[in-house]
This record gives sequence, C-alpha cells and structure tokens, in this order.
Amino acid sequence: MKVFKAGAAAALAATLALTATACGGSDDKSDKGSGSGGGKKVVIGIKFDQPGLGLKTPDGKYTGFDVDVATYVAKELGYSADKIEFRQAVSADRENLLQSGDVKFIVASYSITDKRKAKVDFAGPYFLAHQDLLVRADDSSITKPEDLNDKKLCSVAGSTSAQNVKDKLAPKANLIQNGGYSECLTGLENKAVDALTTDNSILAGYAAQEKNKGKFKLAGLSLSNENYGIGLKKGDKDLQTKINAALKKMVQDGSWDKFVTANFGPANYKNEPAPQITEGS
Amino acid sequence: MFEFLESGQYDLLGAFWVTVQLTLYSAIGSLVWGTLLAGMRVSPVPLMRVFGTAYVNVVRNIPLTVLIIGCSLGLNQTLGFSMGAERFEDIGFRLAVLGFSAYTGTFVCEALRSGINTVPVGQAEAARALGLSFTQVLRLIVLPQAFRAVIAPLANVLIALTKNTTVAAAIGVAEAALLMKEMIENEAQALFAVFGVIALGFVLLTLPTGLLLGWVAKRVAVKR
Repeated sequence: MKVFKAGAAAALAATLALTATACGGSDDKSDKGSGSGGGKKVVIGIKFDQPGLGLKTPDGKYTGFDVDVATYVAKELGYSADKIEFRQAVSADRENLLQSGDVKFIVASYSITDKRKAKVDFAGPYFLAHQDLLVRADDSSITKPEDLNDKKLCSVAGSTSAQNVKDKLAPKANLIQNGGYSECLTGLENKAVDALTTDNSILAGYAAQEKNKGKFKLAGLSLSNENYGIGLKKGDKDLQTKINAALKKMVQDGSWDKFVTANFGPANYKNEPAPQITEGS
Repeated sequence: MFEFLESGQYDLLGAFWVTVQLTLYSAIGSLVWGTLLAGMRVSPVPLMRVFGTAYVNVVRNIPLTVLIIGCSLGLNQTLGFSMGAERFEDIGFRLAVLGFSAYTGTFVCEALRSGINTVPVGQAEAARALGLSFTQVLRLIVLPQAFRAVIAPLANVLIALTKNTTVAAAIGVAEAALLMKEMIENEAQALFAVFGVIALGFVLLTLPTGLLLGWVAKRVAVKR
C-alpha cells in the first residue's frame, strides 16, 4: 500500500511538472509583440552545424554570423541574450517550425525564394551570399565556371549547390555528394577532390576554423545569388516590420561589419556590402 | 499537393531503378559471401570457424551508415581506392555494393546456418560414410536442403537490404533517398507529399518481394 501511495504521489508530481512546462510553452507561443518581452523567453531557429554562420560548440555555446544577427535582433525586440533559446532548424524543417509556432523566427542561412515565400514570410535580406568554391590554398587552376567540367567536385547530397552544378554550372563535372561538408574537407585535403562548393559564407566559415587555417581558400567565383532572410510565420507583418527596423539599425551602427569581420575573417573572403531590405513594406 | 511530380524536374523512376540495381547487385554479393561465411562457420578447420564467427559478430554490429561512409571516406577519399571506376557516381555505387554485401552477408550467413541446423545430422554422417569430402557434403547434401528451409528468413534479409540501400545517399549514390533529399530541399512546402511518394515507392518494391518469396518458401520447403 505504501509503495502504491508513493508511486501515486510521484505520478501526480510528474503530471504537475508537465502541466507547468506545457503552460510555459504556450506562453512563449502566444507572446507575439516585442514590448511585452519582459521576463519571457524567445525561441530562435539557427543551424547547429555551420561554422561561421551557426554552430553549437561542444561546450554548449553558440557562435557564428547568424547567431550574432539573431542575438542583435532579439535585443531590439526586447529580449536580452539570456532570454534567448536557440533551437536547431535543419533546412528541411524550417517551414514546419515556423508554421507550428515552435520558433519565433529563423536565422539559418535561409535564402529568400518565391517557393518558400508561399509558405512563410521573410524579413531582410540581411546578407548576400554567392555559391562559390573552396580549393586548396596552393591551387589556382579554377578561374571560371567552365573550368569545373574536368574537375572533381564535392558538395552535400541534395543541396541546392549540388543541383546547380549538375543542372547548370558544369554538367560534366565529376561530382561527389556527401552527407556533410566536413566529409568533403577530408577529400579536399587528400586531393581526392579538387573543390568543395556551396555558399561562400559557409565555405568561409570552414576555412576560418582553427584546424583548417591556411589550408584552403575561396576561389572567388560568384556562381549564384543567395539573399539570406529571417524567416517568420506567414502573415506576421508586425514582427516583419520590427525585424526590418532592427536589421537597418544593425547596419547603420556598424554592428553588421563587426559581425562579418569576426566570423568570416581569413580565407580571402570579400563580403558584399549589406543588402537593401526588400521584404515587407 | 503533388505538383512537384508533374514539373518533370525529378526522375523518380530513374532513382528507384538505381535502388533496384543496388539491391540486386548487393543481394547477389551478399548471397555468395554469406554462403561462404556459413561454410566457414560449420567447417572442420578451427581457424576458419574463428574467422567466420569473428567476422559475423564484428561486421553485423557496425552501424551500416558507419560502414558505408567508412568505405567512401576511408577506402576512396583517403586511400584512393576507386574500384576501377573513374567517376564518383560509379565509385560510390560500387563502394556501396561492397559495403552492403559485406554487411548483409553476415545476416545471410546466420540465416543459412540456422537452415543447416534443420538438416538431420544423420544425413551428413551418411554422406561422410559414403566417402564424400566436407565440401561435397555441404554442396550436395546439406546446403540444398538448408536453402529450401530458409527462403522466408532470406526474404526478410532481402527486404531489409532494399530499405538499407537508402544509406547509400550518404555517399552520393543517386538513388531514391538522395532524390528525396533533393525534392525536400526544393519543395519544402510539400514535405509530407514528398515523403509519402518515396515511402510508397519502397512499399511497392518490398511488398511484392515478400509475397512472392513467401509463396516460394511454402512451395519448396522440405516437409519433415
């Protein structure tokens, strides 16, 4: 009997705890405006696996350009840094995270495209990236897209960059599609592949990593235009206006330049100037 | 909802054809390798038994993803071993077949070994008394009966293999799972439709396999 009572008490406690957290969760979601931020938390989607843009370090910290931008925007919306909860937003999951309201907004190398705009809204853009190539530091044999046709290229399976190469840029290139960019770096270092291709922002992040310093460089070809925006739930014009204002301020007060230099430092990376804001009014 | 299929941008049949090819080549490879392993595990030579046991227990406990990526990163990208192919598509395909055969062979071996155990010991003893060697006993008396007993378990292994081929997407083999990644990258608004189409494709591949081999298993089973 005693055992039963203890069990029942534990179950009750667990239920209460669950209910309490559930309430906390729904509070976050119903909190739309910025001024009412106060003691509440904000959930922001970022990438966890892209050095330079969004990376979760082994000790649980978050670094990268997207993280800096997210923190700045959150501060402008009234959430201090300790009120931010970062959540992983892998590419395929981003639209669903926004629609379900699990995250308030997403800053995760999220290119603005018409197809995506059918399902979510964007603020920004806050960054203009180009598809580019990462090559070994001593390799200067690739100067134009046509050079790729007799090269061994590496990209991530299914990514837009891989499709670009296959469909448009260099259909004859020998392309290997790996599970992740880190795996491409192994091949690049061992000369099994000649170049790694994706957005230059991501490439610069890898090249700037401590363990890769001096080994790789960017080829500096602008193979596509990727305007990174901040993803929002469809129809949230209020938040869109506020984030756009925050992005403008970020560029004006020099924070934008600071973030770019800090995150994309080495690797022959010439960033574009901050783009004009085109989304929303 | 299914507009992405009508755009003509995605070669769904082609991707599933690669899946089928991967499955077939790997099935043949693993059948041969699994039979050899089973022979080793029941052989009278201790060294072979030790090798067979060690191989089966090690390889079947390595996660398949690790094995396949190991083939690509280790054998190809680091050691430069390209299996006689020039282009990454072919290298990836062949490495995947190698990896799948090495992995699935262990399951074929264990299924077959259970089949060998269904053959009464007296039969092997009688064959040996006639003067047949070990390989002759295995080839002429034991394995034919063992195979007929394990059609159904082998069908399960084959179905598992069909689904396992999706792991090859991790090293860039252009099969169904890689096409799914591409479609999700471009058509995130139709996430569930994309997923449903690919899942349906696999059901269409595996369901008939199961039904057909189930029927065969009933027909050829040795009634004891």
